[in-house]
Amino acid sequence: MARAFTPKVITANDLLEGDVIYFTADDSWTRDLAQAELITDEADAQLRLLEAEKQNIRIVGAYLADAKAGPNGPEPTHFREDFRRTGPSNYFHGKQEAEANV
Amino acid sequence: MYKYNEFDEAFLAERNAQFRAQVERRIDGSLTEDEFKPLRLMNGVYLQLHAYMLRVAVPYGTLNSAQMRTLALLAEKWDKGYGHFTTRQNIQYNWPKLRDIPDMLDALGEAGLHAIQTSGNTIRNTTADHFAGAAADELTDPRPYAELIRQWSTDHPEFQFLGRKFKIAITGSGNDRAVIKAHDVGLQVVEQDGKVGFKVVVGGGLGRTPMIGQVLREFLPQADLLPYLESVLTVYNVLGRRDNKYKARIKITVSENGIETYRAMTEEAFMAIRGQYDGTDQQQLAEIKTHFQAPEFRSGSTEAFDAAYANDPVFRAWADTNLAEHRKGDHAIVTISIKAHGQTPGDATAEQMRVMADLGEQYAYNELRISHQQNVILPHVHKNDLPAIHATLKANGLATANIGLISDIIACPGMDYCALATARSIPVAQEIATRFDELKMEHDIGHLQIKISGCINACGHHHVAHIGILGLDRAGVENYQITLGGDATETAAIGTRTGPGFAYDEIVPAVERIVEVYMAQREGAEETFLETYRRIGMEPFKAALYPEAQKKVA
Repeated sequence: MARAFTPKVITANDLLEGDVIYFTADDSWTRDLAQAELITDEADAQLRLLEAEKQNIRIVGAYLADAKAGPNGPEPTHFREDFRRTGPSNYFHGKQEAEANV
Repeated sequence: MYKYNEFDEAFLAERNAQFRAQVERRIDGSLTEDEFKPLRLMNGVYLQLHAYMLRVAVPYGTLNSAQMRTLALLAEKWDKGYGHFTTRQNIQYNWPKLRDIPDMLDALGEAGLHAIQTSGNTIRNTTADHFAGAAADELTDPRPYAELIRQWSTDHPEFQFLGRKFKIAITGSGNDRAVIKAHDVGLQVVEQDGKVGFKVVVGGGLGRTPMIGQVLREFLPQADLLPYLESVLTVYNVLGRRDNKYKARIKITVSENGIETYRAMTEEAFMAIRGQYDGTDQQQLAEIKTHFQAPEFRSGSTEAFDAAYANDPVFRAWADTNLAEHRKGDHAIVTISIKAHGQTPGDATAEQMRVMADLGEQYAYNELRISHQQNVILPHVHKNDLPAIHATLKANGLATANIGLISDIIACPGMDYCALATARSIPVAQEIATRFDELKMEHDIGHLQIKISGCINACGHHHVAHIGILGLDRAGVENYQITLGGDATETAAIGTRTGPGFAYDEIVPAVERIVEVYMAQREGAEETFLETYRRIGMEPFKAALYPEAQKKVA
């Protein structure tokens, strides 16, 4: 029996800033995972990844990352993606600091 | 120290201009990422987990105060106000923007610094004993040879596309502070019949297949250094495997073919190559050596030092741990700890860099060093200046008296920054250092090196730690393996794994149990952790780490 497909988000790094970014349902990019498109169909995931990669003049290294639905939008399922979402854990800086200063 | 000549300056300016144009073409879409990536890597630019990372070489760990101020400037102007000193005598900036990097490289170039060959499958920054030119136990200063290697290897056409990266380390002392046996090539300056030459060690390395290097040549005359190195590299370039990147290091080549075969092929290549060297390299070496003359050491009494040592216990504790013996009796080598308890090992703020630069200028003949242990060194300091230096360090969070102790931890960036990491390293180091500071035990424990890597590539040198910690991903959870008995010195050894790994919240208590065994078993405070381990073996530590397993066996 084929394994059930794990939902995905498309993530990459911003070309100029290097920041972690996520692909949205309207083909734009966000720095907030909660606003990313959660893709629940395997074939759709591959097609959406191709769409995202078309924007390679703005982004670097797009890939599909496992995610799950949360109350406020997609959430990471693995600690690596959680660190990418929040920023380094050794100091309060990076994305955490930027968001706190908004 | 070496100062760029007109050729060097022009070369670097041209190289930076090329890269600036490449960045512009990537931004305007003329270059794809596949085309751009090898170009940025040739200039030390990585894309890591959260941002770009720029890795800057500090050749053989030596820099002057102006260069340290430039490093501070980069941190402040184009990054988040700090830089990270690494185990390869480099500094990394974790948050540069792509468009700013050409400006950063230009600023470095103006200070006589660069990021060339700090990445890619080429000869990387040649590292050296951080006490070079100052240590009491040194035969001769190895840095002129390191500079010669740098000039020879920079943009060397045959060695720009090796099977994998290639690391060379050099020491001028019998006491190895450069970990030469864990490098692709390790060079130790030795003397034979009154002549200076090198013992050549090859095939060392850590990573997924850790190996201690083997002696290729007991004595290589100094004049033959470059043709012999070229021969070693040529054989590696021809014989080294390219079918599997994990087997593409010289350690595998030497291991699979045997040291005798490697030696025979190197000697054969050497016979062919040696004649192509017409002595220009020796002229160049002679010129380089003029830049490494010892400063005019001042003389004078050490009364102020003696008084502070006798009367100030805080100063005395710092002096006991952070000073090393200088070749001139009234001087000392100062190691500045950039590992205050709970801080990220190797991180220094721009302000701290400037403080250290000022101290270097005022008290250390305008010279500083970066150690592979992620600390900063003032190599030549008159002892009477030590109380003033200590006071300044104290005022700037740089006076932690922990060199060589349990909180002087080497830690790679791990998953907090590195795209290759499988677990975090830095928070583990922070928590161990904080815990043993709370316990007020570290001075009682004495010399003990903990080294932590966040993945199998072993940038944290965990294999050669007394207590090594390797972070891995086990079914989506951080897990930490422990090794004991590693040694990074002239008696180098690869540590032995204790057994199953520990969860993130179990690793600090596990280290505590290891230390408790040592404290209970040691034959007096003079017996170091490593000596105790070598005497009693692994079993008592295993019993403390895995009590449940012991019960089952019983």
